[in-house]
Amino acid sequence: MEQKPIIETVELTKKYNGQAAVDNLSFTVHEGEIFGFLGPNGAGKTTTLLMLMGLTEPSSGKARVLGVDPSREPIRVKGMIGYLPENMGFYRDLNAWQTLRYIAELNGLLPGVADERIESALRMVGLIKEAEKKVGAYSRGMRQRLGIAEVLVKEPRVAFLDEPTLGLDPDTTNRMIGLIERLCKEKNMTVLLSSHFLHQVQKICHRVGIMISGQMVAQGHMKELAEEMPETKDGYSLEEIYMKYFREE
Amino acid sequence: MHGIITIFKKELSDHFSSYRFLLLFALIAMVSMVTVYMAGLTITKELEGVAKPKFVFLMLFTSSGVGFSLTQFVAFFGPLIGLILGFDTINREKNEGTLSKLLSQPIYRDAVINGKFLAGAAVIAIITVSIVLLISGLGLIMVGVIPGIEEVWRIFIYLIISIVYISFWLGAAILFSILFRSVATSALAALAVWIFFSFFVPLGANAVANALTPDAGESDPDAVIKRAQIGKALSLTSPMELYTDSTATIIDPMRRTTRSFIQVGMMEQLSMARFSGPLSLGQSVLVVLPYIISLIAVTAICFAISYIVFMRQEIRSL
Repeated sequence: MEQKPIIETVELTKKYNGQAAVDNLSFTVHEGEIFGFLGPNGAGKTTTLLMLMGLTEPSSGKARVLGVDPSREPIRVKGMIGYLPENMGFYRDLNAWQTLRYIAELNGLLPGVADERIESALRMVGLIKEAEKKVGAYSRGMRQRLGIAEVLVKEPRVAFLDEPTLGLDPDTTNRMIGLIERLCKEKNMTVLLSSHFLHQVQKICHRVGIMISGQMVAQGHMKELAEEMPETKDGYSLEEIYMKYFREE
Repeated sequence: MHGIITIFKKELSDHFSSYRFLLLFALIAMVSMVTVYMAGLTITKELEGVAKPKFVFLMLFTSSGVGFSLTQFVAFFGPLIGLILGFDTINREKNEGTLSKLLSQPIYRDAVINGKFLAGAAVIAIITVSIVLLISGLGLIMVGVIPGIEEVWRIFIYLIISIVYISFWLGAAILFSILFRSVATSALAALAVWIFFSFFVPLGANAVANALTPDAGESDPDAVIKRAQIGKALSLTSPMELYTDSTATIIDPMRRTTRSFIQVGMMEQLSMARFSGPLSLGQSVLVVLPYIISLIAVTAICFAISYIVFMRQEIRSL
């Protein structure tokens, strides 16, 4: 069965002052997939995400998200993508409910629909009891979950999660990973997960792409990548694969 | 469109629930009430046993009971309202990391800045209108004269000009909040511009005019006129000067020109002395129309610059 491509880029390039932050990037993400976007800090992961949402103009190359060109129709694309930025901020004086209400209104949802979605999103991330608490009093883990709830309220077909587990303790991290996996299954959401935590990505991602200095040095199923390793040995961890490419740089 | 409205509503409710707004409103209400109360006392004392002049009610705004009149107070401290409401508009969202989230929603980028500017302008309008209504009520009780239709119109136009003037400073503050990442820097920059236009331009205009016409004196009346003209022209670069001149003429029907005595020609002085009645509203507006239009223009330019800078900023740097 032919898989439907949800995200497609062809030789996508972004240059800042002549230096390429993203260099001739071509990759595809299929429907219902969790795609792990790996790479060290400054590899161009976030820049790629911004280009896919039409928030940054690519210097050259093409991108398609759900068949729409983000630099031509950014509003349409942004309506279909749920984005959890790295180090996301919140309005400290609003409570969780108000925060989500604001997001819902920005997406043009009618009040009735919005309330339903907010409630189910809060239940899903387990914040329904703290919904009346001001976000300023939230812990890091709670904020991150609220960020996921913001994505859920939009009911997007695609979610971009930029370092969703950064700065979380191991227990919270595990729960976050479980949550992301559930989203993908229950809501049939395509997830583009950027991270440099390899173990987590390994657990839930169907496919991974390894990005170093703006270039995708490897992509494919975990198995395929393992086969490319020089010695044939069973059970390569992603870390070994990753370190191989990283050293080559 | 829903983007602008949503952001406008959120910003408005933020303003109203902030201590900043409460303090500002309390301070301005207090000073205006005191000013008008003192003005009212002076007016009632002066008008005792004298035939009632035509525009008593407007005198509440122009006569200075405590060293300055209400119009002077607004000209001088009005900018602070705009600056305080606007100096952290964009950079606070940048620093707290909420801006990238906001921009990843399906709204146009200009909705953010438009919504924020409109919310600030709405707060300014609410502050000025409620203050003027408050002091009008106080004035009615103090002086006991009901304003005529023309006086109401004049106050209305005065309100509009004041809102535009304070919105100019709001626009300037928003511009600084886009240019500078640090909230403290943008606040200081905004204050510096305010001080520059309120203190240095009037002083500097005179200094430059004096330097350019060194031989002005009794022997050279042409140079004296020239000096006055240069000084006036330079001081008009300050929005405060534009505002002071236009509101003074609108609120005081007896004021028939914005020019100083020296600049008024012989024939004009003669005719002004002959027809010493008050100007009609239309004529007052006509005298200061260029000023009002300039004021609207600088406000629009200031906002346009913020708009362009904001639209061109890289998201990465947000």
